Amino acid sequence: MITITHYITLSAILFTIGVIGVLIRRNAIVIFMCIELMLNAVNLSFVAFAHYLNSMQGQLFVFFTITVAAAEAAVGLAIIVAVFRNKETVNIDDINIMKW
Amino acid sequence: MLNTVALVLLFPLIGTIINGLIGKNLRKETVGCIACGAIGLSFLVSIVVFFGLLRFPPDARLFEKTLFSWIESGSFKAAFALQVDPLSSLMILIVTGVGFLIHIYSIGYMHNDKGYHRYFCYMNLFTFSMLLLVLSNNFLLMFIGWEAVGLCSYLLIGFWFEKKSASNAAKKAFVVNRVGDFGFALGIMLIFLTFHTIDFTEVFSSVSNEGFHAGSFTITLITLLLFMGATGKSAQIPLYTWLPDAMEGPTPVSALIHAATMVTAGVYMIARCNVLYVLSPFTMTVVASIGAATALFAATIGLVQNDIKRVLAYSTISQLGYMFLACGVGAFTAGIFHLMTHAFFKALLFLGSGSVIHALSGEQDMRKMGGLRHQIPITYKTFLIGTVAIAGIPPFAGFFSKDEILLESLTRGNFIYWSIASLAALFTAFYMFRLLFMTFHGKSRVDHHAAEHLHESPKNMTLPLTILAGLSFVGGFLGIPGASAINNFLAPVFSSHIHTEMSGIHTGSQHGEGHPYLMMVISTAIAIAGISLAYQMYIKKPDLPKRLSERFHIFYKLLLNKYYIDEIYDVLFVNTTKKGSVLLWKYIDAGMIDGSVNGIARLVGWFSNVFRLLQTGYVRNYAFYIVVGCIFIIVLTILGK
Repeated sequence: MITITHYITLSAILFTIGVIGVLIRRNAIVIFMCIELMLNAVNLSFVAFAHYLNSMQGQLFVFFTITVAAAEAAVGLAIIVAVFRNKETVNIDDINIMKW
Repeated sequence: MLNTVALVLLFPLIGTIINGLIGKNLRKETVGCIACGAIGLSFLVSIVVFFGLLRFPPDARLFEKTLFSWIESGSFKAAFALQVDPLSSLMILIVTGVGFLIHIYSIGYMHNDKGYHRYFCYMNLFTFSMLLLVLSNNFLLMFIGWEAVGLCSYLLIGFWFEKKSASNAAKKAFVVNRVGDFGFALGIMLIFLTFHTIDFTEVFSSVSNEGFHAGSFTITLITLLLFMGATGKSAQIPLYTWLPDAMEGPTPVSALIHAATMVTAGVYMIARCNVLYVLSPFTMTVVASIGAATALFAATIGLVQNDIKRVLAYSTISQLGYMFLACGVGAFTAGIFHLMTHAFFKALLFLGSGSVIHALSGEQDMRKMGGLRHQIPITYKTFLIGTVAIAGIPPFAGFFSKDEILLESLTRGNFIYWSIASLAALFTAFYMFRLLFMTFHGKSRVDHHAAEHLHESPKNMTLPLTILAGLSFVGGFLGIPGASAINNFLAPVFSSHIHTEMSGIHTGSQHGEGHPYLMMVISTAIAIAGISLAYQMYIKKPDLPKRLSERFHIFYKLLLNKYYIDEIYDVLFVNTTKKGSVLLWKYIDAGMIDGSVNGIARLVGWFSNVFRLLQTGYVRNYAFYIVVGCIFIIVLTILGK
């Protein structure tokens, strides 16, 4: 029997992987994918709770999240392409001129 | 008739406003006409007021007119109200009368000065302020007048402000007067605290009703503080140093402000507050002692000065000392009488010296004068009358008033006061005739440049001289011993509700039981002695002064340098104040205030410097901060439960 705990645990694991990915990877696209991973981990817990609580609100929120993620993917990829055109790299350690 | 008293104030004010605002665009004749006309009209109204007052019986000669309510705050009330009584009506006559003559004189004296309209604007403003001072019926309004005459004095001493010495003298006068005014202001506050009113009549009646005993500490303190104001304004020891320097102003200003009217404000104030003063024997002693000391001290300095106006300035200080001596021994009438005669002859002497200076194209050093009596005969004759009057030769004005002071200082005071005053009288006769001889007699020492332009002054200058000479001659008859008109006239002010047996000081109009006629002979003899000494030294043996000054070199130096009082004050007060100010500037202002403001800015800068290092530019770090922040919040939330 798969209980709510399993879903939450999976969601937490996915989220943590996403966070760690954001923190330790250098390729902007990979970081981007990690962010998507975090978003989807959250989606997973939304759906799980919606099912568990027998409420439609959680599922409704997932749609919002997906919409935001789609918009973010469009903008984010566009930025990455623009950066790549300028600096010929997507290594974020090389994109560090916004500092003191 | 008494209701017109407000007009006395109004005319000079109108004159000030017209000349101040549009005087620049008017012709000189118009400016002069407006200024003189304003004072002349004011003088006429003063006469009307004076005779209006005379119609009342002596005891009912007190009239108050409230123009509007000025300040009302809780129990504190000050009205813009005028008071007409024998004292103030006499004062407005002196101020407007002498002021009018001096205004006319100024038309001639200032005729080619480029600040002509400015001069008359200030002069009218001064007259207005002085009239406000003497007409006010409460201490606060009097204080306004008091400060305003100080302001006009400042403006007029510094009239030729391009000259460094003039602007310095103006500053000095202003600052020294502030010291005295500080005391005056404190005195007024104490009066309000004590009596809960600042109205003259109310204060003076509550003094007697509430039974303040003689020598009460509060009264002594009040009177001493008021006297402090008087020493500043009336140039008494220790605050007299500004008056000699004030001679930097135009000569008619010296005549009007620094001889005839403003400097007598202190005497007027003490006479006005006589009810308070007689209650404090200690203050009376202080007033009399300072008056006597100043009379002698200034007279000795006057003996050796070479600047014609400075001699007159020290003479003024000395004569003011006499007035304070008179007030201090309780002879307020004698003080006011001397104030009046002094206004006549000292205005005459100053205007006369102005005429001499005018004739010599600006020369003020008596060593470069001499033998002028033939070239400027009218000035000489009038000046002679003034000199005789101040020296105290009967029957000229100065004799009666000075003799009365000498007499009172002996009968009401003591022998020391009398001998100091007599010695000062001797010196007065000496230095005034020294001045006369050096200026008008002997051989001419005028340099040829000035000699070419030597001329008698125009009519509008000699006419006031003549009138003032006439007043100096007849002025004294108002106070002939035994039948003294001025005594009877002023009696209601000075022998008021208080009966002064309790204070041991006698006010009132009766003469002492001494020998008035013997005293007259003595004081005349003193004056003649002084004159003949001057005659011996400056006419008979002109080389004698030089020999004497070499023989008594130290004394001479000491007197010539005015006892080094200015230098001593510089060391004691001026420099310490300056040093204190530098300390305040460097440590308090630049150090603490600027330091704390700048310090806060620097602190913020330092923190920013540290925290900006967080902006590494690495996305990873920012993400890390966010994660740490999130974890922190989550932990807090969990712990909060």
